[in-house]
Amino acid sequence: MSRAKIRAKLPTKSADPTVDIELTVNGERVSAEVSTRMLLSDFLRHELGLTGTHVGCEHGVCGACTVLINGVAGRSCLTFAAQAAGCEVRTIESVANKDGTLHPLQEAFRDCHGLQCGYCTPGMIMNILSSFNSSAPLDLSDEGIRDIISGNLCRCTGYQNIIAAVRQAAKAMSLG
Amino acid sequence: MSTKMFGARIKRNIDPQLLIGEGSFVDDIPLAGALHVAFVRSPFARAKIKSISTEFAEQHPGVAAVYTCDNIGALDLELPQLIPHPCMDSPRTQRPLARGDVYYVGQTVAMVVAVDRYTAEDAAALVDVDYDPLPVEIDLEKAILDGAPLVHPTHPNNIAADLVQISGDPDSAIAGAEHVTKIRVQVDRSTAAPMECRAVAATFDKVMGELTVWDSTQGPIAIRGGLASIFNIDEDKVRVIAPHVGGGFGQKVLLFYPDELLVPFAAMQLGRPVKFIEDRRENFIGSSQERTQIHEIELYAKKNGEVIALVDRFLHDTGAFIPYGIAVAQVASTSIAGPYRIPNIRVEFKAVYTPTVVVTPYRGCGRPQANFAIERAMDKLAEELGLDRFEVRRRNLIADHEFPYLRKGLLFADGLPVSLDSGQYHKALQLLTEKLAPEEFAVQQKAARGAGRYLGLGLSFYVEGTGLGPYEGGHIKIHPITGKVYVNTGLTSQGQGHDTVFAQIVADQLGVAVTDVILVEGDTKAFDWGVATFASRAAVVSGNAIHKSALIVRKKTLAAAANMLEVSADDLELRDGAAWVKGSNRSVSLAAIATATNPLRYAFNESAKAATQFAPASKHDGPPLAEGQHPGLEATDYYSPPSATWAYGVHGAIVEVDPEICAIKIKRYVCIHDCGNMINPTIVEGQVMGGIAQGIGGAMYERIEYDTEGNLINANFVDFLVPYATEIPPIEILHLETPTPLNPLGVKGVGEAGCIPVAAVIASAVEDALRPLTHEHFYHVPITPSAIHAALKKAAPAN
Repeated sequence: MSRAKIRAKLPTKSADPTVDIELTVNGERVSAEVSTRMLLSDFLRHELGLTGTHVGCEHGVCGACTVLINGVAGRSCLTFAAQAAGCEVRTIESVANKDGTLHPLQEAFRDCHGLQCGYCTPGMIMNILSSFNSSAPLDLSDEGIRDIISGNLCRCTGYQNIIAAVRQAAKAMSLG
Repeated sequence: MSTKMFGARIKRNIDPQLLIGEGSFVDDIPLAGALHVAFVRSPFARAKIKSISTEFAEQHPGVAAVYTCDNIGALDLELPQLIPHPCMDSPRTQRPLARGDVYYVGQTVAMVVAVDRYTAEDAAALVDVDYDPLPVEIDLEKAILDGAPLVHPTHPNNIAADLVQISGDPDSAIAGAEHVTKIRVQVDRSTAAPMECRAVAATFDKVMGELTVWDSTQGPIAIRGGLASIFNIDEDKVRVIAPHVGGGFGQKVLLFYPDELLVPFAAMQLGRPVKFIEDRRENFIGSSQERTQIHEIELYAKKNGEVIALVDRFLHDTGAFIPYGIAVAQVASTSIAGPYRIPNIRVEFKAVYTPTVVVTPYRGCGRPQANFAIERAMDKLAEELGLDRFEVRRRNLIADHEFPYLRKGLLFADGLPVSLDSGQYHKALQLLTEKLAPEEFAVQQKAARGAGRYLGLGLSFYVEGTGLGPYEGGHIKIHPITGKVYVNTGLTSQGQGHDTVFAQIVADQLGVAVTDVILVEGDTKAFDWGVATFASRAAVVSGNAIHKSALIVRKKTLAAAANMLEVSADDLELRDGAAWVKGSNRSVSLAAIATATNPLRYAFNESAKAATQFAPASKHDGPPLAEGQHPGLEATDYYSPPSATWAYGVHGAIVEVDPEICAIKIKRYVCIHDCGNMINPTIVEGQVMGGIAQGIGGAMYERIEYDTEGNLINANFVDFLVPYATEIPPIEILHLETPTPLNPLGVKGVGEAGCIPVAAVIASAVEDALRPLTHEHFYHVPITPSAIHAALKKAAPAN
């Protein structure tokens, strides 16, 4: 605390074994040396600075950490960074339009008040986009939409406005 | 003036940032070289610590420090008890790191600081703690019996507090009663489970002597005060920031969680940023919870259903410590008579220590339990007297002309007598009746039963004391370059949309776009007078403070503009970010006015140039600033509510119960709700729907389960069932708007409302549905499939 105190020599790295990985994140080639046990969520957030991907439970239940891995929704908290080597990863930071305007799904979340604290929202959006991108037919009934987002917990909204947002976005994107 | 923003369904200012992944939650703050914390936590519900050995952990590669109670200096203390009350005898609070004893599974015993969380967890496993386990009693009713193992030897029968409150003359009323209904009800323990767990990061700048803490808290000002006191640093040298917070629901306002002190301590000791990011398991075993209460409630009535007296005795589980005092039990006890006249009340509670996670308010704060008790009792009274459930309520509801309705003798959490200030209770019940059409439903129900399907209707009426004091403030400043309006208050937001609703209040007074009002809160450097976000108080207390400040700035703006445009202030209107001479195209922008009111202009920009084209903003002789005059367009004012203001509502549902698989399906859910004037109905509805979803969790799914040894056996999202979208039905909401006479905006709080009545609604409906199959009552939530199975089995014992 005192300015006279000489700064202690503190460690700067762990003794974890590391591995070199190369992957594509939001269209950019990325290479890094990472601990073999580093989670993809930690890699994206703390190594790449893409903090839009959130971590809610670290056991694959809440869906907050959902990203697209090769176009399909995946839990970045249950995936090691090393497992994503060679993959194309997309995160929430890649969703808005290049000119900074919101993607129709983001716009719909805003129009419908589909978010409150916003913590679950990026994972929710990536999961919905995965369904939108899928070749499987899109069921836009209430039940169908509930099913689409049934892997994502939200503690704030009660989901009703999210369901409305999914429907609005699908319509705007001429899906379903 | 342009269109009124107060009351409009405005989209939220904060959303774009959150939607593109540019939120700023605590773990998003970049802190170069940050060290990470992992805790060693007690594996026993009650034990003596014989020894702690940290040697191996300290030697583990990547470890910077290991702390126990022996090397944390001033932090080796019992944490403060924040809300004293004479009914508590020497209330017990936790120590940041255990000394000698542990009191629940999950209590922090040692703290490891390392280069990353992975390494910190490895090293935490190397801390060797030798425990001598002690016997425990987890069951609330057994814990108060003579001979039960004690959580604290200082507290016989584990009683932490015992309070009786009396309103009217219950004894005389009871003597004159023609009927009595008695039931026992229980609500089980749940947890807030915000999607972002708690998080604390800190950095200490030893050159400037400044400690900066980012804390996912609902009350940064109080945290700042505590840190400054405990570390003996000037308050101005401690800055606490609650950036974006991923849900709170009450759990994020406890002073203090151990990490909130230990992380800043380690940052100061080690000269590096330090962070603790709680994981989900830790949130279950280390962050506070609420709900378990067991009520024995008695309603004394006339044959016509009029309730003349209420007696309620309840046990309240406070967990291992009572840092928040009796708040939860007190709110429950003072809400027990709900919306009903019931002029004579005797309510007694015992708060009981159990060797479990600490109990502090979780959204609802005792109200869901009180509601479950009174509303289930009203249903039972109706059943016993052969009355309709709607009718028995109608006969007891307070009438519009009876407000304010005082319950003398019942002191609410603000220390003032309960006084229900306004409402249209009968109209609300009428609206629900129209929506659910119970008579038509009875026909459908009968037909469905004929087809082997079991439909039921349930309802529950609730009141909620909101907007607790003592005060909040609002600071408003019009920026002299951009003309944008900056607003500060002492609160934090965890998703409630303060930045939008407060902007709506300000926009109406200053004639600016809602998007041009920028709220900065949750930062002690931005505004450091105030309380915190809890008790459904933000819109009421900060909203009115900001409104008062906006009125002052409006007046200053008009006065300056009148001088600049050389007209009377009465001839001016504020709209589109400027002051306009009514009926003309002459105007001056707010930026120019703000610039002109500062005698020393730095003419670097367009608004400064523009300002020179007008007459001076102030007409006076002498020095550039007249006595009492301030530069700029700026004001700070405060609002202190005279007492809580009472919101209310009534919910009803139609459910179908499948007796084969014991599943409940909510087919319709209707909410009639009144929180006074609504600032933004869309946000109100969001709050209500979210609350109802949490209420459904508590009614049907969520139960914190301790085994007999005090292990929390479902400390994860696989076993503790937070509802997904597949569990939450569409909600139909109808609003009433009865303005409160207690504050200038006529607003009441709404944050907690949704969750309060849900358990009683579901229980009432399930009971109604299963009446042909069982006469069992549902007096215990959550109503799980096992509970339904047990009720059906009791009705029809196996042959």
